[in-house]
Amino acid sequence: MISPDQVESMIKTGLPDAKVAVQDLTGGGDHYQVAIVSSAFEGLSLVKRHQLVYQAVNSAMSSEAIHALSLETNTPSEVAMSGAD
Amino acid sequence: MSPETKTKIDDLVQQNKIMVFMKGTKLMPQCGFSNNVVQIMNTLGVPFETVDVLADPEVRQGIKEYSDWPTIPQVYLNGEFLGGSDILIKMYQDGNLQEMVEVALAS
Repeated sequence: MISPDQVESMIKTGLPDAKVAVQDLTGGGDHYQVAIVSSAFEGLSLVKRHQLVYQAVNSAMSSEAIHALSLETNTPSEVAMSGAD
Repeated sequence: MSPETKTKIDDLVQQNKIMVFMKGTKLMPQCGFSNNVVQIMNTLGVPFETVDVLADPEVRQGIKEYSDWPTIPQVYLNGEFLGGSDILIKMYQDGNLQEMVEVALAS
């Protein structure tokens, strides 16, 4: 298990400009839902975007500290278009 | 990943237009994320094959390296890695999945 703050800081290490919202789905510290906004996703497919995030949290995934990670990945311009933040 | 495992995965993704690597089976998924993918495919009403990675540790580890993707389920369409549960749900909601699947099945 791992804390939400650790998840956020790992992602920000890989994607320095990212805005990260971490939600612990079960309270157990191993099932997370994370929404990330980063300009690094610009022009990338969903698969490539998720791979970037997985690389950032790779050590926690492979040690199975994180059992499940649900991702939502958007660029700043996509967020601006949808009107949501 | 052993050469045998790679060949096995190659064959699976190339011989089946829609190939789902999942935990459990179509009738008894063993994980909520795998269940999501099965439900989406059932809703689309398309033929798809599944492999239960819980029954095959070599494939369970091998598929993660094969697609550079650390989680199960994983969906392949015409030999191309399409994504996991989150991506399939988003594509389904956007309507892109139906279109891609129809094109792939017609090819």
